[in-house]
Amino acid sequence: MTTRIVELRQGILKKNDELARELRGRFTAAGVLVLNLVSSPGTGKTAFLERTLRELRAGGARVAALVGDLETDNDARRLAASGAPVRQINTHGICHLEAEMVGRHLESWDGVELGALDYLFIENVGNLVCPSSYDLGERIRVALLSVTEGEDKPLKYPTLFNSADAAVVTKMDIAEAVGFDRDAALSNIREIRPGIRIFETSAKTGAGMAEWLGYLKEQRG
Amino acid sequence: MHELSIVSSVVDSVIESLEKYPGARVVEVRLRVGALAAVVEDSLQFCYELAARETPLEGSRLVVKIVPVMVHCAACGRDGELENLQSFRCPYCGEPAGDVRAGREMEIEAVEIEEAEKSAAG
Repeated sequence: MTTRIVELRQGILKKNDELARELRGRFTAAGVLVLNLVSSPGTGKTAFLERTLRELRAGGARVAALVGDLETDNDARRLAASGAPVRQINTHGICHLEAEMVGRHLESWDGVELGALDYLFIENVGNLVCPSSYDLGERIRVALLSVTEGEDKPLKYPTLFNSADAAVVTKMDIAEAVGFDRDAALSNIREIRPGIRIFETSAKTGAGMAEWLGYLKEQRG
Repeated sequence: MHELSIVSSVVDSVIESLEKYPGARVVEVRLRVGALAAVVEDSLQFCYELAARETPLEGSRLVVKIVPVMVHCAACGRDGELENLQSFRCPYCGEPAGDVRAGREMEIEAVEIEEAEKSAAG
């Protein structure tokens, strides 16, 4: 027997990273701004996204959304109420979306052409750990946090918050009732991701949506 | 927990790399994983045993080297190792420093194998 060391120096998620790079190239060429929305279950991603889709459409933008869940198409049906094309991705037990799933669902999406879109939103599976490792080809990763979750959540999940390009605080309409410590929450987010843009929103009252939509427009350039 | 999908990718990549060494048995697989990579070593070890079963990796060791998080400080221009993941600040001057230069890696560094004996004729 001879023992040998074989040097590999290869990314573990190489396949996902290559697919994500390919997708990013396609998104850029098509001129569509792609966002990946990540949060815990129950933060209110779907309500926030539904309002975002509705307001963008009212302003004349062409939008679509992919939504990931372990099972059911409940979220796709909720989002479809906005009038935008929506497609559900069921991961059947996998706790995050992968680039391959995004690519496959785009490929077979009848009636939706990337080149005819201004914005594509990808709502990830509710999970603050695993989605941070998987690049989906997005330009902007958005971490969402609701006022009911505890101001120290960014400190507990630094990997995800550090990898985000923007942060959205949801359910601001009940902030007072639940004793939300706004200063602590914002400073914790900034402690993990210095300089990040933070939007304080309510999908119910529409508070903060104007700033958020302004940011999207600015990012589209 | 996505450690099982991670180690499954590791097992697939290692098997691919063994094509040049027919009959080889894997002794050890070495990973480099960043402290900011959102994986837990215990879970990796546990899942590795499952994923390696009935493959040339069965019974091999998984060695995980944790790579510390290095940040670049825009204020003082230095790179430094982050002392704790709850505060992204420069270890030298204390200014906020979110520019991560290392610590997100997830890499297969090397594989130690035992090659099958070549026949006398070969």
